[in-house]
Amino acid sequence: MGIERLDDVRMDEVHLTTPIPADAIAGLELGDVVYISGVLYTAREGVYRQVVERGLPLPAGLRDLSNVTLQCSPAVTVRPDGGHDVAAVTATASFRFGKSMALWFERSGARVVVGKAGLTELAYREWFVPHGAVYLTTVGYGMGAAYGHCIKRVRDVHWLAELGIAQALWVLEVEEMGPFLVEGDAEGRSLFALANREIDARINEVYKNLPPPTLSRFGEVLSRTDEVV
Amino acid sequence: MTIPAKVIEDTARELMARAAIDIPPDYRDGVRLARDRETGKLPRFVLTEMLRNWDVATGERRPMCADTGLPRYYVRLGNEAIVEGGLVALERALRRATADATASVPLRPNRVHPLTREDQNNNVGIHAPEVTYAVEPDADWIDVTTVHKGGLFGSDYRMLFPGDGITGIKRFFVDTLIESGKRGLACQPAIVGVGIGGAKDTCVRLGKEAACLRVVGSVNPDPAAARLEEELTALGNYIGIGAMGFAGTSMVVATHVELAHTHTGGMPIAIHQFCLSSRRASARIHPDGCVEFHHDPRWFTDYYRRAGIE
Repeated sequence: MGIERLDDVRMDEVHLTTPIPADAIAGLELGDVVYISGVLYTAREGVYRQVVERGLPLPAGLRDLSNVTLQCSPAVTVRPDGGHDVAAVTATASFRFGKSMALWFERSGARVVVGKAGLTELAYREWFVPHGAVYLTTVGYGMGAAYGHCIKRVRDVHWLAELGIAQALWVLEVEEMGPFLVEGDAEGRSLFALANREIDARINEVYKNLPPPTLSRFGEVLSRTDEVV
Repeated sequence: MTIPAKVIEDTARELMARAAIDIPPDYRDGVRLARDRETGKLPRFVLTEMLRNWDVATGERRPMCADTGLPRYYVRLGNEAIVEGGLVALERALRRATADATASVPLRPNRVHPLTREDQNNNVGIHAPEVTYAVEPDADWIDVTTVHKGGLFGSDYRMLFPGDGITGIKRFFVDTLIESGKRGLACQPAIVGVGIGGAKDTCVRLGKEAACLRVVGSVNPDPAAARLEEELTALGNYIGIGAMGFAGTSMVVATHVELAHTHTGGMPIAIHQFCLSSRRASARIHPDGCVEFHHDPRWFTDYYRRAGIE
């Protein structure tokens, strides 16, 4: 089974409601175009520090409310009554959070991560697959306004004083929020890995008449004891 | 006649909102063209969605991207322009406008202390926002441009040598684009700015200004630079990477090369990519208090690129 070429993805439209049941998660195929209704909440460095490193419990009730977490921070306005409106949301690059993921799934009960740019297939197999978790990537990137439009209300915010606006945990009520693309499926396959294989097939052709520069850099030499000249 | 500081502050606040919300038309047209030419099914879908996102942003007055970057200013001072309260008043106006706009637009308060990570929630702080100045002869106005650029991915600097030649520049260009193009980390297709020459900081600054302060369709008046711009754009789109790093044809919307006379032994180069949310907005403020908003920052004037003693 499986999609061999990028242009073979069917890009089926899938509409899901939180908490998303395990069979719906398992049924997602690479490249499916996903829209989510219900509740989702944000988590990035600050929230992972609280939950994964410091071992603080997820705010009460959240686990039952949603199993979808968005790796982002919003652009927020404070209303005169002290409430908040989210004008725009855009995900941040997910590869930085890979190491937090296994404990995060365990402690939060989250099973769907929405982020930017995905992780490697190795990371999915090691940290996502054992928990039945999948990865959806935001589109663009930078569809802040279109995603913001789908947020009906800020249901709650946690750790705002400790973490600040950008890092706090925002609980958002959303309607048909999307499109997101299925990037990491339940078996740990990755859409970006598929794309990279096609790109890499042409790399030598692209570099054909482009020799390396006179002076190398660390990283381009294999050992720190090698000279760069 | 002096330019009132209040007008500068009001204008700067309005520029912050326009930059965050309204995609510049020259870049939008460039992306539409890239979408129409794109052969990959996925990157085509992505660009179509981005065009829709800009409609939502403008229609609902929402920031187009929630990562509103590091808001900063470029100010061109007419040689005859006088600001009420002097340039200190101008800088205060720009800092106040940044803090106000962070709450009102809203902008994400991205600016944190680099070590403690403390966030003042207003995008103002040590050396923030940056204000870059240039001057223009025979003018009594000031131009204010704000740029909101992210920038975790897609920019790089390298010391090349004369022997590396144009081929060396191309190699570094391709390296930088592929490195941050996979998975779309650079949020391409971008306006790619290439600064060549000067000292290290000169080429880094020029590359950034080339990406952020020239409109799509502009051409460097130096024929060698203009030829390189064309070749690099073609090369970038030949790599085979499209939007979000899906295999495709849309990697570069435009390439802008800016040059500075440099050390005889070296050829320093810097590359910057202005992303799918290429946010800039400009205004010219006249001494009678009249404000003209426009899309072209008009930053690279003949005087700014001058080569002679005078």
